[in-house]
Amino acid sequence: MGDERRVMAREAAEEVREEAEGGRLPEASRREPLDVEDLREHLPGIEPDRQVSDWGRSERVEGILDRTLVDFLYHYWFRVSVEGLDGVPDDSGALLVSNHSGALPPDATMIAKAIKEEHRRPRPVHITVEHFFKGYPGFAMLLPKIGAVPAHPANVHRLLYDERQLVLVFPEGRKGTEKLYKDRYRLRRFGRGGFVAAAMRAQVPIVPVCVVGAEEAQPIFAHLRLLQRLTGLIYVPVTPSFPLLGPAGMLGYLPAKFVIRFLEPIATDQWGPEPWEDAGLVQTVAEKVRDLIQRNLLDMLAKRSSVWMG
Amino acid sequence: MDSRRILVTGLSTFWGGRLARALERDDAIETIIGVDVHDPSVELDRTEYVRVYNQHALIRRIVVAAEIDTVIDTRLAVDSTVAPPRLAHENNVIGTMNILAACTGPDSPVRKIVMKSSAHYYGCERDDPAFFTEQMSRPHPPRTPIERDIVEAESAVGDFADKHPGVTVCVLRFANTLGPGLRTSHTRLFALPAVPCILGFDPRYQFIHEEDIVGCLEHAARHDLAGVFNAAADGVLALSEVADLLGKPLAPVLPPWGTGLVAAPLRRVGLRFPSELLNQLRYGRGMDNRKLKATGYDYRYTSREAVQQLAKQLRLAPILRDASEPYRYEQEVEEFLRYSPSVRRGER
Repeated sequence: MGDERRVMAREAAEEVREEAEGGRLPEASRREPLDVEDLREHLPGIEPDRQVSDWGRSERVEGILDRTLVDFLYHYWFRVSVEGLDGVPDDSGALLVSNHSGALPPDATMIAKAIKEEHRRPRPVHITVEHFFKGYPGFAMLLPKIGAVPAHPANVHRLLYDERQLVLVFPEGRKGTEKLYKDRYRLRRFGRGGFVAAAMRAQVPIVPVCVVGAEEAQPIFAHLRLLQRLTGLIYVPVTPSFPLLGPAGMLGYLPAKFVIRFLEPIATDQWGPEPWEDAGLVQTVAEKVRDLIQRNLLDMLAKRSSVWMG
Repeated sequence: MDSRRILVTGLSTFWGGRLARALERDDAIETIIGVDVHDPSVELDRTEYVRVYNQHALIRRIVVAAEIDTVIDTRLAVDSTVAPPRLAHENNVIGTMNILAACTGPDSPVRKIVMKSSAHYYGCERDDPAFFTEQMSRPHPPRTPIERDIVEAESAVGDFADKHPGVTVCVLRFANTLGPGLRTSHTRLFALPAVPCILGFDPRYQFIHEEDIVGCLEHAARHDLAGVFNAAADGVLALSEVADLLGKPLAPVLPPWGTGLVAAPLRRVGLRFPSELLNQLRYGRGMDNRKLKATGYDYRYTSREAVQQLAKQLRLAPILRDASEPYRYEQEVEEFLRYSPSVRRGER
C-alpha cells in the first residue's frame, strides 16, 4: 500500500507550475531591495536526531516502503534495466525530466529507485507532485514522507539551487498519465517550459530521462467520464484490473520489462545571463528536450523485441 | 543609527515586557518608555510605563516630548482566542494606524520603527510553497478575521515605509511561538493528553522559542534592518514529530471534511481551535528564515529544541503550579522606586 499513492501523485505537476507562473509567481515586494547575497550558507544545519527532513520526508517510512514494495517491483516485477546513469551528477543539483505514463504511474518510483540502486553515489530524488494531493487526507500525510514535494517554482528552486538536490519533474503532467493505450509513447505537450526556466534559474543541468515499459504496465483503455465527474477525481480510467477488481485494481501492474535511459545532461548556463527571461529560448529548449526524449523512446522501442522480456 | 530612546508599545503583552527587560540591560539605551492600556506583567527596573490607549495624539505627545528615536510595536494580537474579533481589529488595524500616525510629522524624532507581525500573514493553503520567503505575497486573500487584520496592519506599515524613506521600517513575521512562559492556542493544544489533528493530515510546523522572539526584537532594535524579515527557528517539524517529542499520541479528532462543523462543538467542551489554526492543522506552513540569519542573528533554539523545552515544561507544570507569586504592578511602588530621593541606585 502507499506506493501506488505516491505514484498516482505525479499527475499534472506541470500544470501547477504553469499556473504558478501565470498568476501567482512570488512578486517582488516594492519596498524591498532584492537580496543578491547568497543565502545558501544560512541553510539550517542538520539535526542528526531527526528522522524527518524539513520537507517532511521521513527516512523511516521511506525505508520501509523501499525495502518491501519498491524493491520487489524494481527487481522482480519490472526487472528494471538502466542505461547512461553517469550523466546524473554526484553531488550537485540536477533536474531530471521524464516522460510519464500509467494510470497510477510507476515511473517516478522506478527512476528514484534506479538512482538509489545503481548510481555510484546513491542520492535521494525529490519528486514533484501536484499540490492537489496536499488537500487529500491520507495522501497529504504519506506523499511528503516518501519524498514528494508540491510542484511550486519556489520549491523546485530551493531544492535545486539552495540544497543542490535531484528533482524529478514530468512536464507532461496528467496529460501524460491519462493518455490512452493507443497513444502510448507519444509525448504530450511539455507544458509551457516552466521546468526549463526553473533549471536555468537554479543554474543546474537538465537530465532527460526516457522510461520504456510504464505504458504497458498499466495501460488505459478508456475513461469513465461520468464517474470522474461524480467522484471529483482527476480521472477514472479503465485498466486491465480497474474497475474490474474494485479500488484495489488500481494496484494491478502488468509485469512489463522496464528500461530507463538517462541522457546526456543539458547545461543551462550556456545562454548567457538570465536566459529565463527569454520566453522564446525557454520554449525552444523545452521543445528540444521533448524531441530528444521522443527520439530516444522510439529508438528504445525499435530495439525492444518483447514487451515482457525486453 | 543607534537606538537610544525607545518606545515600546504593548508593554503589558508578554513580548513587550520581556523586550523592555532585555533592553534595560543595555546602558547605551537612555530611555525606555512603555505604553499600554493594561499594567505591565513583568517587573521592570527603569522602563517607564504610561497608561494610554492607542490614541495617536497622546502617543505623539509622548514621542515628541521624550524625543523617541525608535518605536517597537509589540502590540499585535495574533491569536483569535485572545480577544473577540472586533477588539482584535481595533487593536491590530486601528491601533497600528494610530501608532504610525504618532510617528509622522515634520518634527517627528522617530527614525526607526520595528513591528512585530505574524506568519499568519502568509496563511496556510494547499498551493503554498514549502518555504515562504519575504518577497512572496500570500496566494489567496485572507480567510479569517485575524489574518485580514494582520495583512491590513502590514500594508499600513508598508505605506508608511514608502512615504517616509528616512525612517527605517522593520517588520518581523514570527512563526508560532512556544516557550515556558507563554500560553497560546498551540501550547494549550499540546498540553492536552493527546495532540489533536485532522484525520489524514500531518502538517509541517515551524516554531520559534519565546527567548528568540525577544532576541529578534532586540536584534532589530540594535541594528538597522529595513524591510520584512521572517523570524522562525531552524527546522520544520511534522506534527507527528512534535507529538513524538512531547511523548504524546496523535488524536485525529477532526474529520477531513466538515472540519469547521466539528470544531465548533469541540470549542464548547474546551478544545479551543481558533479558526486560523484549522487551516494550519491541515496544510501546515514553513518559512525561509535565512534573510534574518544573514543580518547576523543566531537563533538560540531550533524548532525541535523549542518543542523539547515545551515538553520539559509541560512535565513540570503540575508540580510547579501556583508555586511562584505572579508579579503585580503597583503604581505607587514603582514611582517610589524610580523617583524617590530615598532610593539609592544600588538598591534597584
